[in-house]
Amino acid sequence: MREFDYRRAHDVPGALALLDAEPEARFLGGGTNLVDLMKTGVERPARLVDVRDLPLDRVESTSDGGLRIGATVTNSDLAAHPEVRRRYPALTQAVLAGASGQLRNMATVGGNLLQRTRCGYFADITKPCNKRVPGSGCPAIEGEHHNHAVLGASEHCVATHPSDMGVALAAFDAVVSYETPDGPGTLPFADFYLPVGDTPHRETALPPGALITGVTLPPTPVAARSRYRKVRERASYAFAIGSIAAALDVQGGVVHDVRLAFGAVASRPWRARTAERVLIGATADAETFAAAADAELAAARPLPHNAYKVTLMRNLVVAELTRLTEEAAR
Amino acid sequence: MSSAPSSTYSAVTLTVNGEKHTLTVDHRTTLLDALRERLDLTGTKKGCDQGQCGACTVLVDGRRNVSCLQLAVAAEGREITTVEGVAEGDRLHPVQEAFLELDGYQCGYCTPGQICSAIAVIEEHAAGWPSAATDDVRPEAGPPPLTPEEIRERMSGNLCRCGAYVAIVEAVARAAADRSAAKEVAA
Repeated sequence: MREFDYRRAHDVPGALALLDAEPEARFLGGGTNLVDLMKTGVERPARLVDVRDLPLDRVESTSDGGLRIGATVTNSDLAAHPEVRRRYPALTQAVLAGASGQLRNMATVGGNLLQRTRCGYFADITKPCNKRVPGSGCPAIEGEHHNHAVLGASEHCVATHPSDMGVALAAFDAVVSYETPDGPGTLPFADFYLPVGDTPHRETALPPGALITGVTLPPTPVAARSRYRKVRERASYAFAIGSIAAALDVQGGVVHDVRLAFGAVASRPWRARTAERVLIGATADAETFAAAADAELAAARPLPHNAYKVTLMRNLVVAELTRLTEEAAR
Repeated sequence: MSSAPSSTYSAVTLTVNGEKHTLTVDHRTTLLDALRERLDLTGTKKGCDQGQCGACTVLVDGRRNVSCLQLAVAAEGREITTVEGVAEGDRLHPVQEAFLELDGYQCGYCTPGQICSAIAVIEEHAAGWPSAATDDVRPEAGPPPLTPEEIRERMSGNLCRCGAYVAIVEAVARAAADRSAAKEVAA
């Protein structure tokens, strides 16, 4: 591991200044991904600016009935929060589906959004990787890609975003707030992650030197009836091979409102807006749900070893929307 | 603060099992290595060293963390409890007693991490935290019973290569039941 300077920030302006003063500095949250990547040499910061003591550790209701989640709120505290569980249960379920109890106690909301892909080629510095070393190539396309992207990838990178939390945040139209030395800003979740294209090393639309300060969830009545389901290769403590956040409001047998987002299928949590458009106003039955899934997945471009994900996601859409319909009928 | 010269090491004071230790650490030092190599607290074990096995689990401000991904310098100011600190003198912690009585181990290497994790699992459950095994996470649904399925999910961050899981689940259930029984008597 490269030697590095360590500073603990106590306020946001101080954190920004400490980062700005060292070109190769990185913010340190829970460190569950960054410290691991430093051990393997993928990340080689010259300075860490520890932001865990910043006063950004609260979950608060907004005046319009939404929630504002501070960037240093831990995954554990977010998942256990009564208002998250009441108003956005799929968000609690998504967070609890990720990592282990130990890691959820350490990991922060801001860090979760900025965690890196778990693609094996990205993690192995002896291998080419366009995300780690731009222009070096993508061995996953011809190699090991059974858990890689089927939507929104490019010939330069087929890595997936590993977050579970982010899938629920995408479904519920979260807005990311940040601060920079030039002032604050916000990014809707839909614009937060950049398209892969030929620049897979550029992952977010955050300006240089920005610090994520929080995530705001707008009031979303449909989210009170929501679920997150994660499919993985063992029962617990593993990354998804496919996951779904779904919220559904059925009135008189017709879909009145719906939110759908997919995990482990793209370089970002994938909001399934095409499927949502098919569903709104349609009869809430398995046939409609399958048609909506097919409309979304028509854009899928699977590789030889991950085509199963298209079938998996179709089945997840039908199963979870069916379950939400049945629960609403009770 | 920002004008201080850059340095790759710091003098830190770590509070471990109620005792303060001041030492100079290279910033690359994990809490795990500081505990084992500098403070001679070798109960905490190094397994994978990448946050995947749970052998290095300790309590930080009462919450379970993996000490292999925790930098020692970043642990300054926090209360650290290792397996050496969970008993009260000669009286073992109830979770330790339950692991002993029910054979919640074979080789024992993962056991300190299992015990620290189990202590926290029981507190998390008592605080009403749901888990990925909880069917209805809404607060109105109330806390889920600590079933074997709930215990397996909550303990999934601690691997046991010997496969002593069946007895580990029994030990956690026993310690949790004893704790709630004691609470009822106290009430």
